[in-house]
Amino acid sequence: MRRQNYDGVALVAPTTLPYQRYSIETAHWWIARVLKTMLDGAGVKPAELDGFSVASFTLFPDTAVGLTQHLGLCPRWLDHIPMGGASGVVALRKAARAVQAGDADIVACVSGDTNHIDSFRALLSSFSRFAMDASYPYGYGGPNANFALLTDRYMTEFGADRADFGRIAVAQRANALNNPGAVMKKPLTLEQYLDARPIADPIALFDCVMPCAGAEAFLVMTVDEAEARGLPYATIGGAIERHNAHADDPIQLRGGWTMDIDELWGMAECSPEDVDLVQTYDDYPVISMMQIEDLGFCGKGEGPDFLRDKDMTITGDFPHNTSGGQLSGGQAGAAGGFIGLVEAIRQVTGQAGPTQVTGAKRALVSGFGMINYDRGVCSSAAVLEGVT
Amino acid sequence: MTERLKPPPRKNPQKRTVSPTSPPAMRSRASLGISAAAAEGRFMLQVCGECHAVQYPARDACCKCLSVDLPWQDVDPAGQLLAETTIRTSTNLYFRERSPWRTGSVKLDAGPVIIAHVHGDVERGARVRLENKLDRSGQGVLLAMPEERSPDMEDDPQLRAMSSDPKLRRVLIADGRNSNAVALAQALAEAGTSMIFVGESESWRPNPNRSALEKVPGVEMMALDVTDTSSVRELAGEIGGKTDILINNARFVRPGGVLERGDTAFAHDEMEVNYLGLMRLAQAFGPGMCGRTADGVNSAVAWVNVISAYALVNASDYGCFSASNAAAFSLSQSLRAEFRASGLRLMNVFVGPTEDDWHQPLPPPKVMPKALARDVVKGLRDGLEDVYCGDVAKDLRERFMAGPKILEREMTGGGA
Repeated sequence: MRRQNYDGVALVAPTTLPYQRYSIETAHWWIARVLKTMLDGAGVKPAELDGFSVASFTLFPDTAVGLTQHLGLCPRWLDHIPMGGASGVVALRKAARAVQAGDADIVACVSGDTNHIDSFRALLSSFSRFAMDASYPYGYGGPNANFALLTDRYMTEFGADRADFGRIAVAQRANALNNPGAVMKKPLTLEQYLDARPIADPIALFDCVMPCAGAEAFLVMTVDEAEARGLPYATIGGAIERHNAHADDPIQLRGGWTMDIDELWGMAECSPEDVDLVQTYDDYPVISMMQIEDLGFCGKGEGPDFLRDKDMTITGDFPHNTSGGQLSGGQAGAAGGFIGLVEAIRQVTGQAGPTQVTGAKRALVSGFGMINYDRGVCSSAAVLEGVT
Repeated sequence: MTERLKPPPRKNPQKRTVSPTSPPAMRSRASLGISAAAAEGRFMLQVCGECHAVQYPARDACCKCLSVDLPWQDVDPAGQLLAETTIRTSTNLYFRERSPWRTGSVKLDAGPVIIAHVHGDVERGARVRLENKLDRSGQGVLLAMPEERSPDMEDDPQLRAMSSDPKLRRVLIADGRNSNAVALAQALAEAGTSMIFVGESESWRPNPNRSALEKVPGVEMMALDVTDTSSVRELAGEIGGKTDILINNARFVRPGGVLERGDTAFAHDEMEVNYLGLMRLAQAFGPGMCGRTADGVNSAVAWVNVISAYALVNASDYGCFSASNAAAFSLSQSLRAEFRASGLRLMNVFVGPTEDDWHQPLPPPKVMPKALARDVVKGLRDGLEDVYCGDVAKDLRERFMAGPKILEREMTGGGA
């Protein structure tokens, strides 16, 4: 059976709070603030929200349930998305279906996390049962070493070198310099990237994201509702998710996108060359490379060659992670699963301001999440189109 | 190739002794099967009872068929290093202090992919053999070892961080009068210990082992009576700060159960030596050793008890002696828990009847002093917690694991 399309669903009010390296506030505070900023901007009252979707790592002991009482919300549709870097597109998929079905009229999809001194270490130590049992005891201060293994294998398998990954990081830094909310403020050269302090070979400092505090949000409503309110909106051409794909691959060189990619482009009735910009989940450059291959821009292992003569900045021929992504913007916990999606909504609706790609109408967003043990388990992607 | 360990320079008393830190200790209950196997140096994984798929990490249900029947079994430890990394920095203090630290991804021939510590002599992409080791948190971790032995491979810093290797360390053997003392001292000297203190009670009494002990390089005889608190404290004051491994081989043994003996005199002696002796040694030496577990090449590393295998189940011919050893065994579990935070390892060496005067009426097999000494040194090198020395102890362990109540009945005959 062919999947139902996402007709009639509008994505509006893309909202990002400027990130902070450390915050004394809680995840509750960050989520409340991004929600208020978004609702004020869109002219929506809290009482009008009847759907609420939350993604956060640092709400403990609360979940979306506790937040309803804490924030005084009374939704008739409530969701909590524990999928890390894949959570943005997953939240979008679920909220879109709720709106299409009439289970909710206006859904706020919100993500936010705080970052206290030492809270990142505490999160890592109990990230998942498999991580607690089988990776954290091996010195894995976070996913650095996991991605070092994937990068090591990718380089061996496909002959990539560090400069291939460096070009991704350098272009994103150039993009981030246009984004006043980004954590990183200084330019980065390829030489600096290559000479950086090693973290877990072959990963060095500029391959890693900086954990920080921040929040991202958007609203999902019907197109009719958006138009009645005079809000610029994006529509969903297609959207996919997949979990624990290719479980028998001994090491992750491909993600779940490969299982669903034909359906994504088929639903969206377009192909990779038709998009004006690409937002990949970039906790490490190797993962962006993997997504660019698995989403159909080039074949497996051809990412380095494909990107070598591309300009990935906002004025280039392959605009990628236009707000600087997590590598230069910072990784605000689960908000890292929203950063590309929220920026893509801004881009295709012409609201991206200093990072705007001229004439952007269609964007590809992809998510990747949850290093449960030795690999990322969740993958997601969506094609968005702008209507202004 | 691993660089050979050099004897450490004299300790600078003005410098602060490094505080022990610990690798992450939290595990799921299922995963404790790895630690239990590591305590005996076995490489075991869960194998599905229905579809035989080998599982890793430890699960509550099979990832191929959803069966919850997942018994632990010995598995072929051979595999191949798929990818590797050298961690230069970590959010975890233990690894941060020990960086660079090498880890990798190993595809086991038996199926699963295992993130493992990687020995320095393993070459890129090489075939490896996984070993299940206790790390300093006392939990099982997997270490990829080269297929072939390489010279000085036991000196690899990551391997040494998990073992209790006596090389370049200073050892105290508690009882120089025990018939195993000479063999222990010789085996430890051959293993490269830098000093062997040997305790001797009532030095005015002749000790048939003395001349042989004094011939072993590095041996220094010390006055020590484990039944005398002030004697134990005095020695701890003298050498407690340089005791890296303590081997408690003190033992009082007489045959007989409860009814055979007319009084509790021997039982007092058994408890004084076998149970309270351990407690006195631990109270005097334990805190100092726990404070020195991160003290460089010759850090404090292990506490060894030689315990009768009849601590697990009573042998009524030696019924009261067995009981004193059961008490010592139970106390050792408390000690192990108390040592946990420091990383000091407690190794129990369970022995069957030993080849000595007090076991003369028993039939073979009996444990020879050399065999005991060999197993102690091997257990230290492998970093074990539980060693079963000799055929009787191994047999008892197997029967005990299969069913303690059945074993109890078997011990008194009637298990034809």
